[in-house]
Amino acid sequence: MKNFKRVPVPPLNHINDYPMGSSCESFHITDQNSGWRVFMPVINLDKCVSCYRCYLVCPDGAIHQNEDQKFEIDYDYCKGCGICANECKINAINMVKEDK
Amino acid sequence: MTINKSIKLNARNITSDEYFYGHKACGGCGESLALRLALKVLGDEAYLSLPAGCMAAVSFIYPNMAFKNNAMITPFASTAAVATGVAAGLKALNRKHLSVGFAGDGGTADIGIQALSGAIDRGEKFIYICTDNEAYMNTGIQKSGLTPFGASTTTTPAGKVIRGNIKPKKNMFEIVAAHGIKYAATASVGYLEDFMNKVQKAKEADGPAYIHVFSPCPTGWGHESDQTIAIAKEVVDNGLWYLAEYENGKFSLNKKPDLSSDIRPYLKGQARFKHLQDEDIQIVEALRAEKWAQMLAEWQ
Repeated sequence: MKNFKRVPVPPLNHINDYPMGSSCESFHITDQNSGWRVFMPVINLDKCVSCYRCYLVCPDGAIHQNEDQKFEIDYDYCKGCGICANECKINAINMVKEDK
Repeated sequence: MTINKSIKLNARNITSDEYFYGHKACGGCGESLALRLALKVLGDEAYLSLPAGCMAAVSFIYPNMAFKNNAMITPFASTAAVATGVAAGLKALNRKHLSVGFAGDGGTADIGIQALSGAIDRGEKFIYICTDNEAYMNTGIQKSGLTPFGASTTTTPAGKVIRGNIKPKKNMFEIVAAHGIKYAATASVGYLEDFMNKVQKAKEADGPAYIHVFSPCPTGWGHESDQTIAIAKEVVDNGLWYLAEYENGKFSLNKKPDLSSDIRPYLKGQARFKHLQDEDIQIVEALRAEKWAQMLAEWQ
């Protein structure tokens, strides 16, 4: 579960908008990683048995369980590496080409 | 979520909170996965020290800060020195926080080895996690002390006469264990439950603890980004990497591989080993047999 609130984009128009000094507060995240993706993973929820494997192996932590106990992908931070689809033992995750 | 010590950690009982999110590591990075899961076990009471390396470069991109924990970048040679300094400061302030150093293989086995040796010798309570991706990846894939035999890097390029790195991997785990450390272990991102439980053991150890985690790098090794976990699992199964622990002055092996298995599928799946010829592969097999003969004779 992502437990932070992203700072709205773009907040950085003037030098005063930047955090001061050589340190900043934790989880100060201003932009997304979704532009890195060529293929996007899509979870087939009819097939998914909630084994937690994709959630465990995601290097970005972009897969989490929502309130309905279903797994969902945070497409703002998924980089489309494909580990989840490769590790899913019942092939419930498909990699679909981004249509941009 | 509080963790019951008697229960083994797995994907279902670790906290659902993320402590490392929105970072800029390459897709399929094994090192960032190791860091993410280690932080899930350690929780937000851990204070992190990271040297200049991939994990510092991908998380501290101004004005981004991808860690929830307190974290700072240390000079390259002094990760363990800074981590024990933080631990001493927290002790003086009477806080129950935990000091953790995260460094890559170059920052551990080459540049940071004297600071690590000194910190273990002082016996401070701290955890050191070495994420081993077998070369200096952040600066552009240069050979480190932990690069295996035959791997092509930018400083050991594969040519007609010399085919990649001519030296075998340094025995970093045994070097650390030789200090008489409280707890040391090797792990792999292919066996994540094993890795998480070793981090938990390191957290509970009464003194310095060291974990050496094998973490593939798609960019540096030249494999598909979705193969990271599969490669990290295969390397343990074929015996080119081992899962072991050092506790109370004794070594123990956690998993016995099939030493007769073919290592060609593992090697040929990575661009850094593509040039290897049959005689080089025989040397890799001989090194594996030698290492395992020693481990099986002495560690059980």
